[in-house]
Amino acid sequence: MNVCVGIDLGSTTTKAIVLDEKGRIVGRGITNSRSNYDVAAQVAKEEAFTNVRFSMLSRALDEANVLGKDLPQFEIALRRAFDLEGYLGQLDRLELHCREDLAQGRYGDLTLALSGALSTIIQRLRKDAPKLFAPGQKARSDFFRDIAGAGFIEAASELARAGGPPFDRIVGLFDRSIIPVENEQEQRTFTQRLLAACKRAAQLLNGDSLQVSKIVARVADTPLNPVRLVGTGYGRARLPFPKDQIRSEILCHGLGAHLMFPKTATVLDIGGQDTKAIQVDPIGVVTSFQMNDRCAAGCGRYLGYIADEMNLGLHELGPLAMESKHRVKINSTCTVFAGAEFRDRLSAGEAREDILAGLHRAIILRAMALLARSGGVKDEFTFTGGVAKNQAAVNALRELVKENYGEVTLNIAPDSIFTGALGAATFALRDIEAGAPSSGDQRLAAAGAIRDSHNHQHQGGCNGDHCGS
Amino acid sequence: MSTLATDASERLRQIIARAEALYDDLDFKVVKEWKEQGKNRKAIGFLPIYVPREVIHAAGALPVGIMGGADRIEIVRGDSYFQSYICHFPRSVIELAVSGRLDACDGFLFPSICDVVRNLSGMFKMLFEGKWTHYLDLPQNFDNRLGGRFYKNEMRTIAREVGKLTGVEVTDKRLRDSITVFNENRTALRRLVHARRDRPWEIPTIDYYLLLRAAYLLPVEEHTAMVNEYVELSAQAGRPRMDNIRVAVRGAFCEQPPLGLLRTLERAGCYVVDDDFVLGSRFIEQDVDHHGDPWDALADGFMNRSLPTASKYDQRGTKHADFVQRVRDFKADGVIFMAPSFCDPALLDQPMLVKALENAGIPNTSFKYSEDTGQFQVIREQAGTFADALKLWGKA
Amino acid sequence: MKGATAEKDASMQKQKEMIASHFTELARVKDTGKKVVYTFVPGNLTELINHFGMLPVLPEINALQSGMRGKSAEYISIAEKAGHSEDVCTYVKTDIGMLKAGNIGPTGEPLPKPDLLLLSYTGCFTFLKWFELLREEYDCPVIMLHVPYQGEGEITPEMRSYVADQIREVVIPQFEKVSGVKYNEERMREQMRLSVRAEDDLVWVLNSARAKPSPIDSWFGGVYYIGPMFTSFRGTQDAVDYYTMLREEVQERMDAKLGPVTPDGQAKEEKYRLVVEGPPNWTSFREFWRMFADEGAVIVASSYTKVGGLYDRGFRHNPDDPIGSMADYCMGCYTNLNFPQRTEMLERYINEFQADGFLINSVKSCNSFSAGQLLILRELEKRTGRPGGFIESDLVDPRYFSAANIKNRLESYFQMIEAKRKGAKS
Repeated sequence: MNVCVGIDLGSTTTKAIVLDEKGRIVGRGITNSRSNYDVAAQVAKEEAFTNVRFSMLSRALDEANVLGKDLPQFEIALRRAFDLEGYLGQLDRLELHCREDLAQGRYGDLTLALSGALSTIIQRLRKDAPKLFAPGQKARSDFFRDIAGAGFIEAASELARAGGPPFDRIVGLFDRSIIPVENEQEQRTFTQRLLAACKRAAQLLNGDSLQVSKIVARVADTPLNPVRLVGTGYGRARLPFPKDQIRSEILCHGLGAHLMFPKTATVLDIGGQDTKAIQVDPIGVVTSFQMNDRCAAGCGRYLGYIADEMNLGLHELGPLAMESKHRVKINSTCTVFAGAEFRDRLSAGEAREDILAGLHRAIILRAMALLARSGGVKDEFTFTGGVAKNQAAVNALRELVKENYGEVTLNIAPDSIFTGALGAATFALRDIEAGAPSSGDQRLAAAGAIRDSHNHQHQGGCNGDHCGS
Repeated sequence: MSTLATDASERLRQIIARAEALYDDLDFKVVKEWKEQGKNRKAIGFLPIYVPREVIHAAGALPVGIMGGADRIEIVRGDSYFQSYICHFPRSVIELAVSGRLDACDGFLFPSICDVVRNLSGMFKMLFEGKWTHYLDLPQNFDNRLGGRFYKNEMRTIAREVGKLTGVEVTDKRLRDSITVFNENRTALRRLVHARRDRPWEIPTIDYYLLLRAAYLLPVEEHTAMVNEYVELSAQAGRPRMDNIRVAVRGAFCEQPPLGLLRTLERAGCYVVDDDFVLGSRFIEQDVDHHGDPWDALADGFMNRSLPTASKYDQRGTKHADFVQRVRDFKADGVIFMAPSFCDPALLDQPMLVKALENAGIPNTSFKYSEDTGQFQVIREQAGTFADALKLWGKA
Repeated sequence: MKGATAEKDASMQKQKEMIASHFTELARVKDTGKKVVYTFVPGNLTELINHFGMLPVLPEINALQSGMRGKSAEYISIAEKAGHSEDVCTYVKTDIGMLKAGNIGPTGEPLPKPDLLLLSYTGCFTFLKWFELLREEYDCPVIMLHVPYQGEGEITPEMRSYVADQIREVVIPQFEKVSGVKYNEERMREQMRLSVRAEDDLVWVLNSARAKPSPIDSWFGGVYYIGPMFTSFRGTQDAVDYYTMLREEVQERMDAKLGPVTPDGQAKEEKYRLVVEGPPNWTSFREFWRMFADEGAVIVASSYTKVGGLYDRGFRHNPDDPIGSMADYCMGCYTNLNFPQRTEMLERYINEFQADGFLINSVKSCNSFSAGQLLILRELEKRTGRPGGFIESDLVDPRYFSAANIKNRLESYFQMIEAKRKGAKS
């Protein structure tokens, strides 16, 4: 199957979207951007491809009708088993790296004890793994670092308490090895991994497991041919793509929003690092855009600081703000002053929810200025980015848009995090339709060099002075 | 407290309540009401620092000071016109304008003060086509034959244009009469300023400030009466004298400090005995001659007898000495420079004034604010420390 | 290609020599006794300064050169340590810092102290404070030449006589006093005839950008082309020769259908024709230029190259009325235009130079340019229907030049133009 891929390298997450030749979304993947954009792009893309094959598999199994009503159950079991296989593979590599580390001779007398502890821990993690990935079990995180890390630490602390090597030395092994593990690719091919998973899942089956294995093998072997790949996002300049395969996030975002909501005329995206206001024409082409200036005031990061200050999770801010009865007027959304402003308000006796309501409104006011600069809010209006998940922010936006621009349809997609990647994938598809050469993703695969860590934009010269932010 | 003091306090409270209501009147209702009270009444909005209000008055219009929105309005549209490194003032002026709050004004005067306000004049021309908007280029050449002639011509242009709106011709007689009325206001403001200089505990900073602001909304005659009554009663209210230091404040001539900031200063132990708040209301401190050629008299007032400020060129090169003298005349123990963030004139002027003070051994401190500053903790501590330090050592 | 580079070198070389000899003269004032005048670029009275045999020093140019030489960060920090706010103009702070660090000019030698400060402040209030600050450092007379702003979009007879009278009654007598030379109107007419010749050629060069491809870049390249005209050489034979030479080179490039010369040699295919509002950034000048050149973006007209006069809109110094035309010149500089005039001028550039779009480089230091630019942006989009871009930087404060940020916006902007073109075709 020929597919087009869009990859959006964000500052915190990397997203991939796979489109078939008719422009239908057949797969999506997301991963943390970690310290290596190449690998992040690769992992997100692999995940999206996995996604594609699973949906192909669903169709094939459905058509063959070998499982009847057990199909959904099997699908879930297979997917979990597949993830388990991936996890076990990474555990192998984690052990390998830890052993290499131990072999360096830096642990002296402790080496032997640490080696024993490592064996115990890895063994235990392996044993516990199937439970973690059992159907119906809610995953703690999508990322290996988090899942394995939690188990590792737990086991390490038990061992240390029971007279084993010191806790920090055991955990040190993990810390040293996790980055290489994250930055390496799965050793087995997709097919190998899927077949192994199928074997596990088949144990749960009553139906014709041989027939199922055949179908799985066939789908696993169906070539998935990425004819073109387009990259976008904050880290796009780091992607090992030729220039014509890189598109600005503004363009991708505009197009992505148009595809999600075809009547979109204005797009607002509030992400962690920046805010964008975009106007698009009826075919999704960007006609004007504005981004926040060099100062990050009023971006998602600001809410992050506030959440830290309050010892709350980011997702808890919105609901709390919505409890407000008397919104406080907040004038500054300067990230440098976020904590101070908040404390000052609290000490002045304002209620947390009222301050939060004011903060949400202040953020949206900043966005309103950008929207006005870009040409205003037109019907329909699509709101994307992390902050779009925050209901208090959405409410503030709805209110201000109504006051200033009248009744406008406000669209918020649950999967708006993929907006940029969708735009990128669609650009890839349009490039192919316009006769661009198929470029595949060899370049992505070939680029092995570890690149610099996040190239954070330099917010030069800001000391949080009283500016208009 | 005696009955007399109680009565006085009550009346003072009423006067200030009225002044504060005016300050809060960002819809300029008082201007609308004034216009409704007579036929073909017009109001001319003007920006800081100084315009010759006598000319507008003589043309039968009400001069209305547009001093921003302080921390009282929410900026929804104003921010979309200005980058983060531009001061706050034009944001709130634009906000007031595009939200229709300035509709009561039939024209706008933008005196030359800085590049931001200068550009704002052109923005108004583009945003509000059809409204009379004039940039008043105040002379920086202070020779009567050169700058004076130019300035008189500028004033005549304003008289003519405002006169077209009101249907009133500004004759010399009318202008002289206006000068007389404004001289009465000058007398009242001098009394107020001197009362504060001499007995700052009797007139809280906030009261003083609100009285100045009222000058920019009320018809001048009404304002004169208000100030006179307040000053007279203030001596009877028996307000206690605090162990505060006396400070002069500089830098707040255009974008105005929020009321909370003024309260903070006084609570932190500082009596503001000299300042440049609402500077245009008393830019020419002494009376303007109302006998001879009124145009000459107004030009002379601006060019030779107006107060020094950052946006006026210091032709004689005496700004250091003049400033030190002023601080001494007002018996200030120290100086607080409080300039709005990103205010080029104030901030560029400051190092020169600081140098003058240091040479004269006068203590000073500085901070920045914005008209919508909402946090005063840092300022409170800074002003408090400054006051404490001066009390301990400075008065020795 | 080789030819183009060699030809470019000829006028470049000439300009370098002119500047070098100017600085040599400045270094020798102790021996020659020539008097030194510090003044500003917009509304400069170069002919008059030369007329009295005095030598101009332009603090803005010093500041921008300090920026290009990588010295401005240090100078700014010296000024900020001395009490100047982070908020204010970085040209001023660079100049003050340079002064405090010994006033070493671009040639490595200390600049001579001024015998006179000519505060001809056109279109910028900061100039006024700048010279008040410099006055503290030098014991010399200051002339204030107040140039009224075109607030109402015109130069009235009263404004004209105000400025002309100041030149006649204040500037010239003071110059005579300091230099010991008498003003001679006949000689001034001669100077102005030379001014006009150079002005004609400069206008020709600026207008060459109407061709496709444009043989010049009117912003990055333009700042070199305006050099002699805006600084110390207008009204001299040197300037006439320079512009003759430049004109010939541009003509050759035009005939050969070549684009401008960029930091990396001959420009690639002209993909985007842009009009730019605002000054460039000096601390990363070449890196900034490359961001355009690499994308095939050429600036066909800019407002910045008009801060020293609107010659291309018809102004010429007038040998028949030297002082009157000096007055007109001062008041006609770009930053002395009001907002409707500025907007209209940019609109005309966009149309006359067939630009694909326009870009605003909003500099933190310069409120005269920047305050309200977002309204210009909106208005131009409305009037021309062509896409507007907006980037932010500073003149000489490297803390305000974020390459990643600017590049991101520029890329998005160019791709937007491209996408619009494709959209228009389909």
